[in-house]
Amino acid sequence: MNKLNFLQPDKNNLNTYLYTGVILVALSIFIVFLNSFFNKDIISFLPGSISFFLPLILGFIGLHLIRIDYSGLKFLDKVNKNINTNNFNAFLSLLIVFVIIKSLPPLLSWFILDANIAGDSKDVCTGSGACWTYIKIWFNRFMYGMYPNAEQWRINLSFIALAFLGTIGFFATEKFKKYLTLYYVVVYPVIAFFFIFFFISGGPIFFDFSYGIIAAVISIIIGFFIPSKFKMYYFIIVPITLYILLKYVFFYEELIELGKLEALEWVETGAWGGLSLTFIVSFFCLIFCFPIGLFLSLGRRSDFPIIKYFSIGMIEFWRGVPLITVLFMSSVMFPMFLPEDMFIDKLVRVIIAISLFEAAYVAEVIRGGLQALPRGQYDAAKSLGMGYWKMHILVILPQALKLVIPGIANTFLALVKDTPLIFVVGLLEIVGMLNLAKTNPEWLGFAMEGYVFASVLFFIICYAMSKYSYNLEQKYKTER
Amino acid sequence: MNIKKILPQLLTLLVVILIFGFFSYNAQVNMENRGITFGYGFLSQESSFDVQFSLIEFDGSHSYFRAYLVGLLNTILVSVIGIIFATIIGVVVGIARLSNNYLINRTAGVYVEFFRNIPLLLQIFFWYFAALRALPLPQDTEPMFGVFFLTIKGFFVPAFVWNNLDIFIYSIIAAIISIIFVRIYARKKQENDGIQTPVLSISIGLLLILPILSFLIGGVDASVEIPVIKQLSQSGFTYEGGIKLPPELISLALALSLYTATFIAECVRAGVQGVSKGQKEAAASIGLTPNQVLKLVIMPQALRIIIPPTTNQYLNLTKNSSLAAAIAYPDLVLVFAGTALMQTGRAIEIVSITMLTYLSLSISISIFMNWYNKKIAIKEK
Repeated sequence: MNKLNFLQPDKNNLNTYLYTGVILVALSIFIVFLNSFFNKDIISFLPGSISFFLPLILGFIGLHLIRIDYSGLKFLDKVNKNINTNNFNAFLSLLIVFVIIKSLPPLLSWFILDANIAGDSKDVCTGSGACWTYIKIWFNRFMYGMYPNAEQWRINLSFIALAFLGTIGFFATEKFKKYLTLYYVVVYPVIAFFFIFFFISGGPIFFDFSYGIIAAVISIIIGFFIPSKFKMYYFIIVPITLYILLKYVFFYEELIELGKLEALEWVETGAWGGLSLTFIVSFFCLIFCFPIGLFLSLGRRSDFPIIKYFSIGMIEFWRGVPLITVLFMSSVMFPMFLPEDMFIDKLVRVIIAISLFEAAYVAEVIRGGLQALPRGQYDAAKSLGMGYWKMHILVILPQALKLVIPGIANTFLALVKDTPLIFVVGLLEIVGMLNLAKTNPEWLGFAMEGYVFASVLFFIICYAMSKYSYNLEQKYKTER
Repeated sequence: MNIKKILPQLLTLLVVILIFGFFSYNAQVNMENRGITFGYGFLSQESSFDVQFSLIEFDGSHSYFRAYLVGLLNTILVSVIGIIFATIIGVVVGIARLSNNYLINRTAGVYVEFFRNIPLLLQIFFWYFAALRALPLPQDTEPMFGVFFLTIKGFFVPAFVWNNLDIFIYSIIAAIISIIFVRIYARKKQENDGIQTPVLSISIGLLLILPILSFLIGGVDASVEIPVIKQLSQSGFTYEGGIKLPPELISLALALSLYTATFIAECVRAGVQGVSKGQKEAAASIGLTPNQVLKLVIMPQALRIIIPPTTNQYLNLTKNSSLAAAIAYPDLVLVFAGTALMQTGRAIEIVSITMLTYLSLSISISIFMNWYNKKIAIKEK
């Protein structure tokens, strides 16, 4: 027993060590706190470097003194275990606490205390903090791009409708549950496609869409009264007839031209932009890249050499090049490959390019899942007499896809984060809009606010997605 | 061979050939209409543009091929800088993520979640247009340690002026080769006699002694050139001498390394966690010291898990460096697929060369990785 070693705290003098230690730590934090929040240096009478390091030294000694194993105090044990296991850890913990205290006031004052949000011109931003007025004034542009203000309800309505249609699965009754996969894989994407491409773009093309919707709704309502014997024929014939009738007999276009009906204004895709374009692009690419990736991954494991090498070539090609060159290709090289009179919309080209690009990544992720399945699953499915497609749809893919949920979620996250790159072809989603707003002569000098705003938005979106994928992973986890 | 096997393949082949045929036919017609002939002859023509920042000498009188080289070298430069910093930050953060100190663990976690959930392009813009624009003008800059100048026009650092640089480089190469021999010898000795050789200290000694010898005997001489402020006009100042790192390079390297470091950190964490606890306990129970446990048991197994995904991240970083085009850092995409394409109008040739460059880079690395994975795979019965 070395009783002289008073620096080694022990349990016998618990209270002495504890009180001294806590007081020292509290003092050190207090000094830094005063210094940072009230700009008062109460230890300035000490020489320069000592007054700089004093809080650190005090806190370090304090933490050393309260490091008592099995003290019997629950809270103390918890603190020791978590931030104070040894000298090095204590030092790092102190450093982090001090840095946080030091950096809080400037951050607070920039974000809130010295920031401006009132008013509607640059002149109100006189403080040293952020100018949130800039974000407020430009908010509509950041959300909707150059989309006309009066027509923005169309974007809102489509997103709300799509969100509603997307959550329908949660309300489905037991009877309809088995159709849910079909609904999400086939029906929903088609509806979404028509909604966005026809409703948001509007114009004459919208009428084809609305005739279709009206025809479908009327035929479904009448369909309830048709005996089930004829239902199949009915649903093939009646909607098409109705559509043709609406389009060529009732002449809606003429009514509009006469001014009796109001038309949706045509908004070209070049005017779309802002966060809504981010959503539109990532949504479509997400829908398209998954099936393409699935087929590529199956193709890569196929027994047919031509299909196999074609898939390998596709996957390796798209994975080997940066997305920005793919977008370059779609904007400057791809038009050379089309007939002179054939024109494909810029947005469509971009969506195709990003979908193909991400599909290669999805394919590799799914291949990982397929490889992880034991051979026995294939053998068992084959021994039940299942063919290739039946085996994959009923046995292999449900298990493989479950395994790769995190990987697919990561790919989708990468996709959302890649959408700003479409600035290459001149489409301005939110980051592009920020760069445009930044160069506006009336609003120079607010780049920081804009980028912080967009960063927060993207962080919320991506973080929510990654948390959701984590939940999904936990939900579908099956014990093997 | 039955029809069921051949038909789908033939169909795929037919579709592919049809699409390619359609595309190449249209390309031919389009090029004929515009009066361009396909070919790579333009590479030797004189390019009449200038590049802001290049590692090799370049101006308008050089050829397009040299412009390609300039872009490629700039891409490699920013990738290498990014990879070095991303590895350092990534390893530190990855280990911090494993710490049992709650504060360190959480801080590292917040860093990872924050930086990987924000698009890289946004980060590059943030550093370039917002953060680095807040730096002082050259004439107001306070020097760091007296020799480094961080200004709005770039980062000015001292340069070394060498005499007989080649002898110095040879000495380093000789040191590296002899280290490899020492390692082989040490391993053989350990396998035969079981005696460990202090490889690390010998290596460091060799790396220090040989270059110092080259200074003493080989006639190598180095002096430092410190940047000096120079007035260009009434209010325009700049620094002369030393090396100038343009703000584009700094912001790009910063964003790339901070972004990629989050992924490397996750790889490191997964790798160390992937080594089962039993390994550590078994190693401790046969009497290895904690250092030996880490060096001989944990690290070799963890590295096996860490290296393949990390290489993938390096590759991603290299590909992501093409975002340089957004802030006008003259990399391969900006110089070649941007400026050169605008001047020559040869979309197909230039885009294909650019893509092939990246493609050959990533395919060669993935071939190497496959070989490496096979080599290090644990041979199980």
